Amino acid sequence: MTMAEPTVSLEIFRYQPDGGGTSTFQQYQVPYHEDWVVLDAINYIKDHLDGTLAYRWSCRMGVCGSCGMMINGIPKLSCATFLKEYYPHPIRVEPLANFPIERDLVIALDDFMKKLSRVQPWIVRTAEAPLGAGEYRQTPAELDQYKQFSMCLNCMLCYAACPMYGLKPLFLGPAAIALAHRYNLDSRDEGRASRQEVLDDEHGVWDCTLVGECTTVCPADVDPAAAIQQIKLSTALDWIKRALRPGGSA
Amino acid sequence: MKTLVRPMPMLWWLRSRAYVLFMLRELTSVLIAAYLVVFLIFLQRIAAGPSSYGSYLHWLAHPAVLAFHLVALAAALYHSVTWLQLTPMTVVIRLRDRRVPAATIVAANVAAWVAVSILIVWLVVGT
Repeated sequence: MTMAEPTVSLEIFRYQPDGGGTSTFQQYQVPYHEDWVVLDAINYIKDHLDGTLAYRWSCRMGVCGSCGMMINGIPKLSCATFLKEYYPHPIRVEPLANFPIERDLVIALDDFMKKLSRVQPWIVRTAEAPLGAGEYRQTPAELDQYKQFSMCLNCMLCYAACPMYGLKPLFLGPAAIALAHRYNLDSRDEGRASRQEVLDDEHGVWDCTLVGECTTVCPADVDPAAAIQQIKLSTALDWIKRALRPGGSA
Repeated sequence: MKTLVRPMPMLWWLRSRAYVLFMLRELTSVLIAAYLVVFLIFLQRIAAGPSSYGSYLHWLAHPAVLAFHLVALAAALYHSVTWLQLTPMTVVIRLRDRRVPAATIVAANVAAWVAVSILIVWLVVGT
């Protein structure tokens, strides 16, 4: 006689764009293994129970940032969230909050991609040095200035955690601002003034009211909330400098 | 493709403890604004002369008004303490290529806050 294998219940959000525009939750019983993450359970469903389930994943090791989902209401990487954190209770899996849903757990990325490119997340130079001049050199201390903000996976958990983005979809949002800050702090970069047009815009840093949840949910310890507040401070200091300059106006 | 947009529910802020604490912190501003209104009336009454100032003082002694002041003080303290706790996020100071620890920045801010408060109390009560 064998003992019945333990199972765990997953309630998964389902939406089919050609299915009348309604969404529902579907329940699946999945074998419980102590070393399984939520993504393993979803892969099991896809392979053994229901091949119609749509979701994104790639690396399975917390690097690619594509398997972000709402797990019991909290944005998490499903590859880094173990079933044992919830067992024996059911686990509710939804697509990342605040984004339009394309199908099941797949969200539309367009808005984030547009915002990301607006902050020019690359090294901007006013004039490129000739190749013969060699690489732009940087000391470890200069690297240390921005390294934390360069760890972003573009997983968008911070957007799902940010109620301001949910309420004001035009808000540039945590990850895009953190990456703007990453390049602003880079000693090789000269693009701050042009990024500032986007950051100091009505829907730039000032839409942030510092809820702080972007930082709490970030799987890469980027601390986007800090990036936003630091830009607010430097922008305010710019404004004071302009106002104090002889003949200057704010 | 037809995407599905799920609107934010009106009670979104009840979803997590962090959101509730955030909303409580935002609401402290309402009490602080209300206190400032009471304070502006106080200035107006001083300007209006001794009798109106006297009746204002009498009104201030009402238990409900006292209770309001205590609640507004608690709100201001909660707002100030949580605000100071967030300062290391914004203030990045490097000494000899090392970032000054968060606790040091919070402690310096709290010390400055206490010093300014003592100065104000001394100015108001001590002279």
